Amino acid sequence: MNIIVCIKQVPNTTDVRIDPVTNTLVREGVESVINPFDAYAIEEAVRLKERFGGKVTVLTMGPPQAENALKEAISLGCDEAILVSDRKFAGSDTWATSYTLSSAIKKIGTFDVILCGKQASDGDTAQVGPGISAHLDIPQVTYVKKIEDISANAAKVERMTEEGYDIVETPLPCLFTVVKEINTPRLPSLKGMIRAKSAKVLKWTADDIEANPELLGLDGSPTRVVKIFTPAPRKGGEILKGDTADVAKELVELLKDAVR
Amino acid sequence: MADSITIFLDKCTGCTLCVKACPFGAIHMANKKAVIDMAACTLCGACVETCKFRAIELKKDTGGKKDLSKYKDVWVFCEQKKGVIQSISFELLGEGRKLADKLGVKLCAVILGSGIESKIDELAERGADKIYISDHPALEFYQDDPYTEVFVRLVQEYAPEVILCGATTIGRSLISRVAVKVNAGLTADCTGLDIDKKERILLQTRPAFGGNIMATIVTPNHRPQMATVRHKVMKEAAIDKSHKAEVIRKSYPEEALKSRTRLIDIVAEIEENVNLAEADIIVSGGRGLGGPEHFAIIRELAKALNAAVGASRAAVDSDWIPYSHQVGQTGKTVCPKLYIACGISGQIQHLIGMQSSKVIVAINKDPDAPIFKVATYGIVGDIFDIVPALTKEFQRVLNKV
Repeated sequence: MNIIVCIKQVPNTTDVRIDPVTNTLVREGVESVINPFDAYAIEEAVRLKERFGGKVTVLTMGPPQAENALKEAISLGCDEAILVSDRKFAGSDTWATSYTLSSAIKKIGTFDVILCGKQASDGDTAQVGPGISAHLDIPQVTYVKKIEDISANAAKVERMTEEGYDIVETPLPCLFTVVKEINTPRLPSLKGMIRAKSAKVLKWTADDIEANPELLGLDGSPTRVVKIFTPAPRKGGEILKGDTADVAKELVELLKDAVR
Repeated sequence: MADSITIFLDKCTGCTLCVKACPFGAIHMANKKAVIDMAACTLCGACVETCKFRAIELKKDTGGKKDLSKYKDVWVFCEQKKGVIQSISFELLGEGRKLADKLGVKLCAVILGSGIESKIDELAERGADKIYISDHPALEFYQDDPYTEVFVRLVQEYAPEVILCGATTIGRSLISRVAVKVNAGLTADCTGLDIDKKERILLQTRPAFGGNIMATIVTPNHRPQMATVRHKVMKEAAIDKSHKAEVIRKSYPEEALKSRTRLIDIVAEIEENVNLAEADIIVSGGRGLGGPEHFAIIRELAKALNAAVGASRAAVDSDWIPYSHQVGQTGKTVCPKLYIACGISGQIQHLIGMQSSKVIVAINKDPDAPIFKVATYGIVGDIFDIVPALTKEFQRVLNKV
């Protein structure tokens, strides 16, 4: 079984802080990590390989330093890593990103399953996974919380919904976006870390993936960011003091309108 | 010509204001001059505004404008499940009305399903001027392929200017595919929508980096302009029984309705069936509860308020309550009218998921807990005293009415 995992390197949100004086994002010393949701996609891919044999290829689009995220994925059990990186990709929105990744996937060639995290923790759009399947014109199942059954050419999965879950059957190849509930990711093994150290990451440019240059980066992105601003920080409010019964009364009085 | 950004080295004084202003960390100093890393730059222009010396110039591509005049009207994708129109659709019709009025165009509802003819009046009285309806057994339940295909054909035939869709599991799956197929711009999770009347452009404002910054996004040269909006962000359209809509019934050939995936079953999970995303009030418990049995006090307060039960990651990871209740970065993002956090310290990952709630109440024994920084009202104390006292007080007050 050939599995492709698409990941993204993101700033570690626990480190994201706002400078109280300038009200801007503090970037210094912010560590870059694999998008937390992608960790579940990597783990699921490695588990599929362990059951069925085959190969896991991990793919990302990003700046040169995204290579670190790919090496980490190798330490977690992925076999091959591809970094799609080119200045022509700068300013890509979700349309252009999914086009670029789908072009890279076409170059990889054959695959049975594509796995993505349900969304990235920095952008939170959940648009790139479905975008890739639309560009490739393959079926998709989003928010997968369990792969119940999978064979060489079909899978039965559980798709999380607001009320519970759907059970969905799909032919392969198919793209799945996965949620946290699907598994508990393993830690990197010592063997994996040694392998990652010496592993070679393939680097592809816009030319390599034979993409239409008009559809890349800012030119290929229908959307434009026109303004960035810091929201007025939410002010800490009032601390209610007194004995329990009084405080409860006071709070209920304050919330009277909100709860009706 | 593409957009471009330039730093005039003669004007740059090396003050580093732009370095601090860049939300993407794309500017650094070299030889006391600012340098932009184009791989990280999104050409957002934050640095241009902050530079006091006009040393940065952003050139926006204005040439080659396409004729976009054939695109008209504001569309709302109206989600139905088992024939019930979801509340998010009414919220979007409320917001869509304002946008349509500003543009001077019609507000249109789009609904796909099976045996949904009776839904027409419901959508009309929520303000839809026109309703596109496709009624077929193959569209009874949401499936990616037929829904995408039908929606794409509708867009291609009727050319809307703006499309709004709920940021639900269905909406996000569907609309991302549609946007790619019709080559449109799509902005996720908008919290503010407005119209630039002069340019007839939809101004889409959304949080990024977990709400730490806000970005306004536009789609200048592509139509339709598509946006998703989460539950409870916009106000529901009021009901006006006298409002009537023009109805356009569309049927499509079998090949458009084929689905490669097959829906086998829909399973409802029974654990307290208040949908977190749709709840007006949420009562959440965290590590401070100390054990699964203590969620009882949370459930009792929730019951008194007809609220949904939420939880912090700490409580979910300890297996005190199922994952479907988790609020926060790896769980659900919610914005109810009232959020009551009990025994939750307020790690950044939790705050990301709930800080846009209208009123936040925090109850925690640690006065330094970060949750108090976002709380409208805070009580420092023992949740095992305060929560039951609140339940009692709410019961007393609410039952009196």
